Amino acid sequence: MFAYLPHTESEIREMLSGIGAASIDDLFADIPEDIRFKDRLGFEAGASELEVCRRLHSLSKANTEAVSFLGAGTYDHVIPAVVPAITGRTEFYTSYTPYQPEISQGVLQAIFEFQTMMCELTSLDVSNASLYDGHTAASEACALAINSTRKRDTILYSATIHPYTKQVMATYFSDLPVKLVEVPEKGGIVDLEAVKELLDDQVAALLVQTPNFYGFLEDYAGIADILHENKSLFIVSSNPLSLGVLKSQGEWGADIAIGDTQPFGLSMYFGGPSVGYIAAAEKLMRKMPGRIVGQTLDEDGKRAFVLTLQAREQHIKRERATSNICSNQALAALATTVYLSTLGKEGLKEIALLNMQKAHYLSERLLSELPVQLYAGQSFFNEFTIELPKPARQICERMEKDGFFGGVPLHTLHPQYSERLLMIAVTEKRSRDELDRYVECMKGALK
Amino acid sequence: MNFEAQDLLIFERSRSGREGFRIPAPDIPLKSAEEMVGPGFLRADEPALPEVSEVDVVRHYTGLSRKNYCVDTGFYPLGSCTMKYNPKINEAAASLEGFARLHPLQPQHTAQGILQLMYELTEMLCAVTGMDWGTLQPFAGAHGEFTGMKFFRAYFDKRGEKQRTKVLVPDSAHGTNPASAHIAGFEVVELPSDQDGLVSIEELKKHLDEKLAGIMLTNPNTLGLFEKEIAHVAELVHEAGGLLYYDGANLNAIMGKCRPGDMGFDVVHLNLHKTFSTPHGGGGPGSGAVMVNSTLEPFLPAPVLRKKDGTYILDNEIPDSMGRISGFYGNIAVLVRAYTYILTMGSDGLKRASELAVLNANYVKERLKKRYHLPYDQVCKHEFVFSADELKEKYDVSATDVAKGLLEFGLHAPTIYFPLIVHEALMIEPTETESKESLDRFITVMEKIADLAEKEPERLHGYPLSTPVRRVDQVTAAKQPVLRWRPE
Amino acid sequence: MSTPEELKFQKSHEWVRVEGTTAYIGISDHAQEELGDIVFVELPELEDEFEAGEEVTNIESVKAASPIYAPVSGTVSKVNDDLEDKPELINQNAYETFIYALEMSDSSELDNLLSYEEYQKFLEEEAE
Repeated sequence: MFAYLPHTESEIREMLSGIGAASIDDLFADIPEDIRFKDRLGFEAGASELEVCRRLHSLSKANTEAVSFLGAGTYDHVIPAVVPAITGRTEFYTSYTPYQPEISQGVLQAIFEFQTMMCELTSLDVSNASLYDGHTAASEACALAINSTRKRDTILYSATIHPYTKQVMATYFSDLPVKLVEVPEKGGIVDLEAVKELLDDQVAALLVQTPNFYGFLEDYAGIADILHENKSLFIVSSNPLSLGVLKSQGEWGADIAIGDTQPFGLSMYFGGPSVGYIAAAEKLMRKMPGRIVGQTLDEDGKRAFVLTLQAREQHIKRERATSNICSNQALAALATTVYLSTLGKEGLKEIALLNMQKAHYLSERLLSELPVQLYAGQSFFNEFTIELPKPARQICERMEKDGFFGGVPLHTLHPQYSERLLMIAVTEKRSRDELDRYVECMKGALK
Repeated sequence: MNFEAQDLLIFERSRSGREGFRIPAPDIPLKSAEEMVGPGFLRADEPALPEVSEVDVVRHYTGLSRKNYCVDTGFYPLGSCTMKYNPKINEAAASLEGFARLHPLQPQHTAQGILQLMYELTEMLCAVTGMDWGTLQPFAGAHGEFTGMKFFRAYFDKRGEKQRTKVLVPDSAHGTNPASAHIAGFEVVELPSDQDGLVSIEELKKHLDEKLAGIMLTNPNTLGLFEKEIAHVAELVHEAGGLLYYDGANLNAIMGKCRPGDMGFDVVHLNLHKTFSTPHGGGGPGSGAVMVNSTLEPFLPAPVLRKKDGTYILDNEIPDSMGRISGFYGNIAVLVRAYTYILTMGSDGLKRASELAVLNANYVKERLKKRYHLPYDQVCKHEFVFSADELKEKYDVSATDVAKGLLEFGLHAPTIYFPLIVHEALMIEPTETESKESLDRFITVMEKIADLAEKEPERLHGYPLSTPVRRVDQVTAAKQPVLRWRPE
Repeated sequence: MSTPEELKFQKSHEWVRVEGTTAYIGISDHAQEELGDIVFVELPELEDEFEAGEEVTNIESVKAASPIYAPVSGTVSKVNDDLEDKPELINQNAYETFIYALEMSDSSELDNLLSYEEYQKFLEEEAE
């Protein structure tokens, strides 16, 4: 028996007679004989909840945990209990896309609040209801720039953005008439002089990231003006937690802001789901990809929310759509919204600062007590890259034995990076005891 | 029920100085931000985030949730969406900390449990579709469609057949099909359906040239009709050197009865949030897994899941890979739910689910076809399409009015105005998890709406009345968009 | 102002009114009806150059988005700024509301366009 299939035998008979069919097989008679599947699907018969639970528990236990200093786009942050309490509400998680606004005001209003919060964090005018993740958001942002500038086909991107972003963009644009040109790094950050040299009348936009892939902060003073004079757009990707303290994309003069809101209320969950965000200046509103919620009035003059500007989307534009995105990461974006409501204005500042302080405490101890140095002499938020005297992977393997995931050896993400580079992320969850033990552990590993 | 207190935005509930979360006390020496990074990097303006207590947060979002319809409160006859019941055991499995706390870059030997789950899930999905391997990376159906189109590209590029730029899409297709083909750099050619609503072999034959990359189809199609000629279509396309792509949105009709691989498809995308019961979440996250046959396997996006000497690995050595299509490995929490569902249902359960989905759809169709115009009057699979065109002509009652009538009577509307080849379309897909009495209730309400259309159409124009809001002004929302709240 | 009979048409539903070397362009009554309430008209930039058949701009309604193609080649010499705040002017009077004007580079291209009768006939054939 199957718990989600309510039909009894007598009901089935009744329904079949209502249809005028002798058996259910009659309803499949139009499938040609030679393509009918006559075997059983090649896996086991169904199981009871008890058996299924056992299996899932055993799989979940076959993974190892350790004190995590891993980052590179996904971080181990505190998740307030209130977040799963709200996202676990059935009216949110079992609901459909809010195409019927009259009975979907809960989802619609939550998205409107998310959009508002992303605008506030990025200091830009309009945000959408979320994209899949930070890397695909970068592709969408570049597509937005290409579609908003006339007869330009080039995107300049910094060497210091996340290598996965580069790869996702390369795949996304490989069959479109778009040129992707990498701007070299200098001293661990983007080489702005090189940007000036590479700028021409084909450049639709420059894409940069701060904190960049190494964790270092990049100074964009003056760049926005140079780009705008050239009629190019400025796209800046940022870890949104850093925006609690650090300069926002809008403050840097960016036209488009992107990133990933995983640090806001989402578990790491082996990389997904997370939430890509995109916010932009008002003039780009009508070309923004993805869903957007707008405020309006109902027939009684009551404030209401509705999916709007749908003329941009695939179901209307079809083969002329500039993006094929059909959905958003709704429930995950709701987690972000609840997180930001709970932390609030002051809380976000505080927690961002705490991240910085813990990261700087660790880096200072490492730099002063061990034979290691920062990859470049730059400032950072809660993640930084150091150069070790031995291959980073080896050191991490030693540290794993003591219960630490010591960081991401950059060479494992892309062979272009030296084997001796290690990227370390420190969040508010790492206690002083853990940080001190980390230092001792690395000392031992370096012997 | 008084909704007014719950009509505020979270920002409108703010009170200066209120806090909602206690941050762990710092246990390390404190420095100011300026000391750590210098003044040039600090933000000048403060984001206007809410200042509320935890109680405010809970009351606010709980209140919002109560204005929302959901599967757990009622029926969604949404064609093409497969709004089946979301089993609670899936949620229990997905909340296991042993999965939630995994970092995607932790050493693979420490993540064998999740990798095994993903590997086994890939095997199960191959079995259902009759394909050889696949990727769980795409985050959504549309993302899967894009990936599918990239398979076409990678295959033809490898063979030096760059002139193959044309992708055929029936006029009944979902908008994401042509959109995805377009952004993968293909030229989309729309194939008009024949008078039975099916792929026209005649039209197809006009395009079997050296520019043909292939065709995107769903079977059963968006009218809920099985494409009987599919093997012939596959033969023609393959003979002309093209490939076939299967949009898996309608897979719920045929699990265990027929497999896309056997029909001749080369690449298949699945919607785990439709066929495999993972919840829609108000619009996401879902998962658009893509399965391929051995011809297309070399082009899978990196990394590829493999099993070597009993160990599960994510293999990045894929020389002909199309590249990366997402940051990490997909919406893992969604995959855990789909896996749990397939374990629960098993091979027999999935087959039974398709059988009952088809039974339910035909039952509703036969009971209502006297009251609503059924343009394609024949056995359907898991969904069918009515047209409100006669109601519009006779009583000025549109598909929208029928939809709003359903909202008034406590049900969700069906899909409206899709597929485009039916005017005033009402696409109905009950799914297998609806009981007979649930269907009978839907039928009764639809009959009542048909009565109202004949006798009191103005009432339908005014519906809904008893929902949290009434019909909204979409024109002003699009003309003068207000897309965020602003502090005064 | 001209009556529709004096205008020239494209199958993509644009009309053209010629005044000397300037071509004023709008969309037909049929087009505005198909679109429904127009919510936004994207206006081209002055001085931009277009070839005949190139997509110049875009009109959006709640349920549809329509590209507007140049019927002849030329340089944008005027745009109808009223449409920024009042896109509904097109719904109200499609034939009297121009969207943009082109300084034509080759007026012989006008011969490629349809007359009002030919356009009406085309609409009838489409409807079958």
